[in-house]
Amino acid sequence: MLSIKNLHASVEGKEILKGINLEIKAGEVHAIMGPNGSGKSTLSQVLAGNDAFEVTSGEVTLNGDNLLDLETEERAREGIFLAFQYPVEIPGVSNLQFLRTAVNAMRKHRGEEEMNAAEFMKLAKEVSKQVDLDPAFLKRGVNEGFSGGEKKRNEIMQALLLQPKLAILDETDSGLDIDALQVVSNGVNALRAEDRAILMVTHYQRLLNHIVPDYVHVLAGGRIVKSGGRELALELEEKGYGWLGIKDEDTSN
Amino acid sequence: MATTDKEVKELIKREYEHGFVTEIESDTFEPGLNEDVIRRLSEIKQEPEFMLEWRLKAYRRWLEMDEPEWAHVDFPKVDYDAISYYSAPKKKEDMPQSLDDVDPELLRTYEKLGIPLHERAKLAGVAVDAVFDSVSVATTFKEPLEKAGVIFCPISEAVQKYPELVKKYLGSVVPAGDNYFAALNSAVFSDGSFVYIPKGVRCPMELSTYFRINAANTGQFERTLIIAEEGSYVSYLEGCTAPMRDENQLHAAVVELVALDDAQIKYSTVQNWYPGDENGKGGIYNFVTKRGACIGKNSKISWTQVETGSAITWKYPSCVLRGENSVGEFYSVALTHNYQQADTGTKMIHLGKNTRSTIISKGISAGRSSNAYRGLVKFGPGAEGARNFTQCDSLLIGDRCGAHTFPYIESKNKSAIVEHEATTSKVSDEQMFLCRQRGIDPEQAVSMIVNGFCKEVFKELPMEFAVEAGKLLEVSLEGSVG
Ligand SMILES: Nc1ncnc2c1ncn2[C@@H]1O[C@H](COP(=O)(O)OP(=O)(O)OP(=O)(O)O)[C@@H](O)[C@H]1O
Ligand SMILES: [Mg+2]
Repeated sequence: MLSIKNLHASVEGKEILKGINLEIKAGEVHAIMGPNGSGKSTLSQVLAGNDAFEVTSGEVTLNGDNLLDLETEERAREGIFLAFQYPVEIPGVSNLQFLRTAVNAMRKHRGEEEMNAAEFMKLAKEVSKQVDLDPAFLKRGVNEGFSGGEKKRNEIMQALLLQPKLAILDETDSGLDIDALQVVSNGVNALRAEDRAILMVTHYQRLLNHIVPDYVHVLAGGRIVKSGGRELALELEEKGYGWLGIKDEDTSN
Repeated sequence: MATTDKEVKELIKREYEHGFVTEIESDTFEPGLNEDVIRRLSEIKQEPEFMLEWRLKAYRRWLEMDEPEWAHVDFPKVDYDAISYYSAPKKKEDMPQSLDDVDPELLRTYEKLGIPLHERAKLAGVAVDAVFDSVSVATTFKEPLEKAGVIFCPISEAVQKYPELVKKYLGSVVPAGDNYFAALNSAVFSDGSFVYIPKGVRCPMELSTYFRINAANTGQFERTLIIAEEGSYVSYLEGCTAPMRDENQLHAAVVELVALDDAQIKYSTVQNWYPGDENGKGGIYNFVTKRGACIGKNSKISWTQVETGSAITWKYPSCVLRGENSVGEFYSVALTHNYQQADTGTKMIHLGKNTRSTIISKGISAGRSSNAYRGLVKFGPGAEGARNFTQCDSLLIGDRCGAHTFPYIESKNKSAIVEHEATTSKVSDEQMFLCRQRGIDPEQAVSMIVNGFCKEVFKELPMEFAVEAGKLLEVSLEGSVG
């Protein structure tokens, strides 16, 4: 599915990713953990094609095709989805309109009929219930005045609507209360499928009780310094990052 | 009542079909302006003596006036002697003979706006039928209107048929000497609409007019007068379009609205005059005076405008709130792109007790354009308890454009209250990234974000106009990203 080889990326002349290697196969769930500022969001954004970041070397392929050659929207249509750590607001644009535009852009790309407003409304209502968001949120502006937790649920709702091949979830669990964590986890588990991969960034091993990953990676100083199974997260929780010999300067730079 | 998209297209189509006055093929006036030109114009229109006198007086005033220079716009001086002040129908041989002869760029725009094929031909000036510049588009649905006692006709017809009404109200809101362009218009106005809603009548349908400029080197000077008698209501829509030309064209219109006791006038404009090309060549100079007088108590005038066209826009639809408890509203979206310049806003003049006004202005600047809001809120000594709310938002796309806000407040009454809010924002990279990450094209993303920004104004538009306005923004924003 996704293959990342020796990926280097920088922002404003500063190198953040310093040679990432990662293979993700269809059906797998990978968790990425690591100290603040280690480059987890950067990796997510680079995969999604945010041109604020410059890829200086390395290669990324999705099902064999070079991903780095594609524009952001083309990657999205090929099935890359990013749930943002900090979702932005688009005032005045209703969530419903935004989502329908997105879904129809994807459908058009696949050569399918566009959905009309009534059909889409029905679908969106169902999916919003799945993440326990009142359908009233569909009428509100995109993320406009949403609480932190509502924004996160809104992101998962989008993933469920868009049915991506690779869902990258950047700290979708942070800022959630206990019930919301359960709801969001259920949403993510509903996404799990044979032909879909999930890459989730998290700081908390408790999320991994709900969504059990196949692999756990530790990202520090722009490199993956350790990979393992589910138990790696438990070990990290117990021993902290110091255990892996990650120095303070790695985390700050 | 809002009609469906299809009905409106039908209506537009029919308007054009019925709108052509069959006149002997007379030619366009030689460029230049003098008293003889005005006499000839008045004679062609078979106007009564009072009208000619009124025009000549205005012309003499105009000669003594100077072109205003205070607006935040910059353009070469208009040569008023190079303009022709009357243009009768073109000869068919001079027009493009088929759609194949028309600029494909223009046709693409029409297609995007969903204008039907046969209509595109007319709008593009193809010689399928007579196309008029200075002659007003006639009215449709004459019958139900007549039944209700509503008069909706070209102003040239009103001058002949209802001279008393015209005499009483023409120039009563915008006097001939009000400003340079109003004076010019008063002297040479070619046509426009006249609306009269009798006492207690709710106009049974939305009235609409489409204006267009076709002939080269021709100025367009429409004059619109709407009178709403006691307790009446009317919603009036105005659409504008013009073909592409390399030279600039002058459009100096005057609109006057009069609302008596408990009357309401809602006036909506979608202005899409040719804005010039991406290098700033060509385009319409849109110098327009629009003003409404709430003469009666509890009367209300609302202006809603979506301005996407014109090389230069100079326009301040205003309300004079004379009647007690009268209400003035101004909802505006002004979008500038490439080298367009807009200086637009409103004046709310509170004279009566407890008068209220609301101003919502949304300015969008893209490319190298410049977009200014200029607004005056004035309270006279008698404006006890008057209130104004102004919200003025600017949205920038890219970093080579400019937005300016010039709010003026003058108060001669201590009890009057003004609230003013202003914001400037950008279409942010993060918003664009979010949209694109969800598979949405950058251009569609910008247009969606801009539409969201304009929502408060669009919701004031009659439904079919709101649809058109949204599409217009999309077309107007083309090439604003990347
Ligand atoms: N636009 C930017 N300009 C300058 N520096 C940036 C920019 N974006 C990210 N960085 C820097 O890159 C480094 C990695 O940031 P990133 O957001 O990827 O970390 P993270 O691992 O996601 O951290 P957290 O756990 O706090 O979310 C940080 O030092 C950050 O300050
Ligand atoms: Mg992060």
